[in-house]
Amino acid sequence: MSFLSDVYAGLFYFAAFVLVAGLANKVIQYARTPAPLKIPTTPAPTTKTGVALRMTREVVFFESLFRGSKWTWIFGWMFHFGLFLVTLRHLRYFLDPVPLPIEMIQPFGIYGGIAMVIGLAGLWARRFLVDRVRYITALSDHLILALLITIGLSGLMMRFVLHTDIMRVKQFFQGLYSGQVFTLPADPVLLLHLLLVALLMIIFPYSKLLHAPGLFFSPSRNQVDNPREQRHIAPWAERLEQD
Amino acid sequence: MAKADFQVPVLKQYPEIPEIEPGVMAHSSPFKSKPQFQAELGFPGELVDDWQSKAIDKMGDLLSRYRSLRVYLDSCVKCGSCTDKCHYYLGTHDPKNMPVGRQDLMRKVYRRHFTLAGRLFPKLVGAEELTEEVLGDWYSYFHQCSQCRRCSVFCPYGIDTAEISMAAREIMDHIGVGQKYCNEIIGKVYKIGNNLGLPGPALADTLEGLEEDVFDDTGVEVKYPLDQEGAEILLVTPSADFFAEPHVDGLIGYGKVFHEAGVSWTLSSHASEAANFGMFIGSYENMRRVALRIREAALKLKVKRIVFGECGHAWRVAYSFLNTLAGPWDFLDPRYPVPQHICEFTYGLIQEGKLNLDKSRNDDMVLTYHDSCNVARASRMGDRPGGQFDIPRAIIRATCNNFYDMDEDTIRDRTFCCGGGGGLLTDDLMEIRVKGAQPRVEALNNVMQEKGVTHMAAICAICKSQFTKVLPYYGMDLDQIVSVHQLVSNALVLTGEETDDEDEVADEAA
Repeated sequence: MSFLSDVYAGLFYFAAFVLVAGLANKVIQYARTPAPLKIPTTPAPTTKTGVALRMTREVVFFESLFRGSKWTWIFGWMFHFGLFLVTLRHLRYFLDPVPLPIEMIQPFGIYGGIAMVIGLAGLWARRFLVDRVRYITALSDHLILALLITIGLSGLMMRFVLHTDIMRVKQFFQGLYSGQVFTLPADPVLLLHLLLVALLMIIFPYSKLLHAPGLFFSPSRNQVDNPREQRHIAPWAERLEQD
Repeated sequence: MAKADFQVPVLKQYPEIPEIEPGVMAHSSPFKSKPQFQAELGFPGELVDDWQSKAIDKMGDLLSRYRSLRVYLDSCVKCGSCTDKCHYYLGTHDPKNMPVGRQDLMRKVYRRHFTLAGRLFPKLVGAEELTEEVLGDWYSYFHQCSQCRRCSVFCPYGIDTAEISMAAREIMDHIGVGQKYCNEIIGKVYKIGNNLGLPGPALADTLEGLEEDVFDDTGVEVKYPLDQEGAEILLVTPSADFFAEPHVDGLIGYGKVFHEAGVSWTLSSHASEAANFGMFIGSYENMRRVALRIREAALKLKVKRIVFGECGHAWRVAYSFLNTLAGPWDFLDPRYPVPQHICEFTYGLIQEGKLNLDKSRNDDMVLTYHDSCNVARASRMGDRPGGQFDIPRAIIRATCNNFYDMDEDTIRDRTFCCGGGGGLLTDDLMEIRVKGAQPRVEALNNVMQEKGVTHMAAICAICKSQFTKVLPYYGMDLDQIVSVHQLVSNALVLTGEETDDEDEVADEAA
């Protein structure tokens, strides 16, 4: 197992690097690209606080999606909120000692895992059942769903059917902090689960998963509606005025 | 009923989401711009050699200048929320008229040239080269978008297809593939001052005619001044207001309102156009050049305030962009917003009780109100978000006794475009205009059946022209569309006006 553990250790160092560097690169690119015109979708908030609230409603409740498509909202929100709980639950493998709130969230993390898989299944079904959604679906859309649902199912499998030695998994990840490679349990389900998670981290900055940082930079959602009160001008547009 | 060489959609009682019919609107594309129109805007006259790499370069340039474009092309997850929101999809059933379908025409080229996944695995992520066929699709389908922003309301990331359509048109203009309608019109603005190419003397003549009409009607001398230096207010209004029906009735209304307010005002022959087609073609430079004419006119005429007439996309450019494009406005009176909408102006006077309005003069009509897309989703009126919905309705309620709103799903920020916005108001696009009007006309038809509505008021020159033209295709009358300030004009009792009421009072006294 030690060879495989070395491979996984390398894989996770690589995946973490790609995730962080790739996302940082994208975020910097978004932040540096000017938004030359005021284009909030109105009615829009007229203050920064208002924009923060609007953005919070989008991030937490998917407000616009709720208005747009109830089924997609139900499944999409189930999946994302489930994933959020699952992520919190998993923090116990990465933190030592485990903070109390993370201890307390543990059972909810399991419900989250179930909700996540159901949500994903619903979203996937739409890609077959609704002709309009089928039309816009590319192969990569199916593959990302397959990836996420397999991660979810393999995780649930380890919780309910084929338990793994979770303490050794924790030891493995704790070891990575200090460059030590401990052996992983030789469970195929665990290895699959971890492999797919690493893959997810790697494709994150290069796929539609960029919608996560994208939302925060979306001018139609993050701009304050005050064009008459405050002059808004991009650097490249200002240069036109000097000619 | 107007004759059509295509199938006019059938109006239903309840809206239906159609099944997709791929490619049914591929044939619809506008006339191409001629070399002379292109040149005036600084674009090549015809398709350039090496157009593919020039187009990709331009896309790269826009990606570095517009955060919206970059974020929107990256962020779509194909959730499908927008797929049944576009009036052009609902009216044509063509999946490339679904907002995401339209965006994907550009997104696939973006992925091929600007993303790692698209460079390495094009098939997997649906990345494609900009082939002649794809360019053909661009020209067809990016001219089947009215930039109405309805999709952006329902997108979880606020992706606005208008931004992508504008970018596509800008790219096409830069490789010599322009649209005749928009580009010819912008040229007219540069040469003459307005979209319709009406020179100063023709405007003066028209305005004189209006003064005579109003005098004959009311016995009051209401002025419609042109190029009057030192006036307090510069009115900038769409040039259709000078002669088209029902637009001109709105212009008559603005003049009466200014008259009653007792402020001096003027139109300008240099800036005799509120609309700014530079936005339609996504060209910041041309949009700025058109907008600067307003600044020049305001400086030359030494006005203190700027007020815009009824026009949708124009109000977007005015409200959201004018300060950016042609500001700062530090030479104007700081007590008033720059610019102001004529509805804000009239509403203020109503609030102050300065207008004597006789609602019964509009009793021959039962009204509904069409929220023009760009007023609704890309601008504001008044101090509070949503003022763009409430203020026009408050004016209608103050001038009419009978008013009913259309279905909630089709008004306010969920309003449907008239089908003719965004540079599509041209006869060579009649089919898409008629089909795109279907969702709005359907809601209108329902409120006609249920509430006995007879007329629909609007505050946009394009909406007014579009409905005048397309309502007959649906078996309705072209004069069912009216201007909001036409209602004001009807109801407003001018100071010193000889009215029938006074005669009646006199009769009773006798």
